[in-house]
Amino acid sequence: MDLPALSVTELQARLRSREVSPVEALTALEARIATKDAEIHGYLSRDFERARALAEQADVNLPLGGVPIAIKDVINVQGEPCTCGSKILLPYRASYDATVITRLRAAGAIPFGRLNMDEFAMGSSTENSAFGPTLNPWDTSRIPGGSSGASAAVVAAAEAFASLGSDTGGSIRQPAALCGCVGVKPTYGRVSRFGLVAFASSLDQIGPFTKTVRDSGLLLNALAGKDPLDSTSLDEPVPDYTGLLGRDVKGLKLGLPKEYFIAGIDPQVEAAVRAAIRHYESLGAEIVDVSLPHTEHAVGVYYIVATAEASANLARFDGVRYGHRAKDPSGLLDLYGRTREEGFGPEVKRRIILGTYVLSSGYYDAYYLRAQKVRTLIRRDFAAAFEKVDAIICPTSPDVAFKVGERSADPLKMYLADVFTIAANLAGLPGLSLPCGFAEVDGKQLPIGLQLLGKPFAEAQLLQIAEAYEQSTDWHKARPPLS
Amino acid sequence: MSAEFDVRYTAQLARLHLSEEEIATFQAQLSQVLEYVEKLEGVDVSGVEPTAHANAVHNVFRADESRPWFTAEEALANAPRQANGLFVVPKVVDS
Repeated sequence: MDLPALSVTELQARLRSREVSPVEALTALEARIATKDAEIHGYLSRDFERARALAEQADVNLPLGGVPIAIKDVINVQGEPCTCGSKILLPYRASYDATVITRLRAAGAIPFGRLNMDEFAMGSSTENSAFGPTLNPWDTSRIPGGSSGASAAVVAAAEAFASLGSDTGGSIRQPAALCGCVGVKPTYGRVSRFGLVAFASSLDQIGPFTKTVRDSGLLLNALAGKDPLDSTSLDEPVPDYTGLLGRDVKGLKLGLPKEYFIAGIDPQVEAAVRAAIRHYESLGAEIVDVSLPHTEHAVGVYYIVATAEASANLARFDGVRYGHRAKDPSGLLDLYGRTREEGFGPEVKRRIILGTYVLSSGYYDAYYLRAQKVRTLIRRDFAAAFEKVDAIICPTSPDVAFKVGERSADPLKMYLADVFTIAANLAGLPGLSLPCGFAEVDGKQLPIGLQLLGKPFAEAQLLQIAEAYEQSTDWHKARPPLS
Repeated sequence: MSAEFDVRYTAQLARLHLSEEEIATFQAQLSQVLEYVEKLEGVDVSGVEPTAHANAVHNVFRADESRPWFTAEEALANAPRQANGLFVVPKVVDS
């Protein structure tokens, strides 16, 4: 049996029937990674012995009992590295568990392995990792998306049953689309950020990558909820996120934003998304035209707000308390300046400069304050649309996976890859991406993602809508050619 | 405004040394990004309140009580340099 190809739900059935033990599942996963990961470079590190000790004691009757879950290298797991894809954190070992890890452990899951990412989650291709890019299992000459590129790639490549990533402007949904798996960005405040190394604190959310929609519901059940250690986490009731699965979508209204079908979108992406929309109509959903008129400004707002917050958050990397420290500093300013010069890669430096500039004296009102006001207009667009519809349906990314190196010299072009995902972060809304077809490019099949956006705290309904499509199509059964 | 953008000065504010090559590259790349974001000048924001947070929450308090947390040893575990239970930094003030 090809254990690592199983979904979490399928694995659990075998664990609970005692057909497979947690140690056997973990060992099969380790063997798969050992033979296959050299082709895609998803894992930065993993501690098999420590995970096996947990597997030996796992209670398979817990909600995620005995299930190994791979973790993006931006979430602290006590005793493990947490490099954030950066040289500056190479010497660091986490002193504590992030709240999501505490919750996964309480649900019986086994955190296993550290996943590659764009440095400090800044990027859309994983090429900004200081440790080399992750490659797309569908075509290893292409990127897997980013910043959680490896979180998507290892799930698609059957090198993980499920994984965690983080999404600040699309970093869960875009790689899920480009690698052909399910990725969920929860409502801002739904999942605790305590122990997530901060990029842009008003936008960051942790979420799951899985092979099926149901699996994402299972993981969200463990992850969601108020955390006293994160004052921005919200005290909303946590439903059973698998509770609405299996219900049909008859009569549900899905909004089609005209601004998301723009010139420049890959024709094969547009065709697949339009086919998915027709499929929803055949399932009984009603498609309603909506308008999100400030969409074109989302990328501009994002690159002001996110870099401003990042420039403040990354001030903590100064060579004093943890991480890299420049040798033989001549004074404190020299220590700061050279530690950061040596430790950060080019994209992080670019964004620190940009964020510092838009917050600097004389420019704050023109850039940062104005961006925050346009952010209000983007939120209002969604609020108005959600008076008419239950969810919004659109492409996740305007493109399929691009070639390694194709965009690295042009930051602005790379930023525009996030045009369809950023608005949900600015508005704090939940969103997910699920597979809806393939584009054929140079003789390779490249996955296409369908994005669903919902009202605040409507994750259960989004999963219901997504699962209705998934279970009446075969896209989620496709496996990449990685042998 | 992008015309006034100066990478060298901004890098000083950010406590970030850059090479001459990086300064030249970032000056060109970020000027292009700034021109792009300046399209926001065309949006009518009169009377619009700024959004700092998607879900505004205010005054989240917890009880002011001591609780178990890192020991000094744990807090110093990742320190590049430490001595006598303290972080060591270069001299800041002349004697």
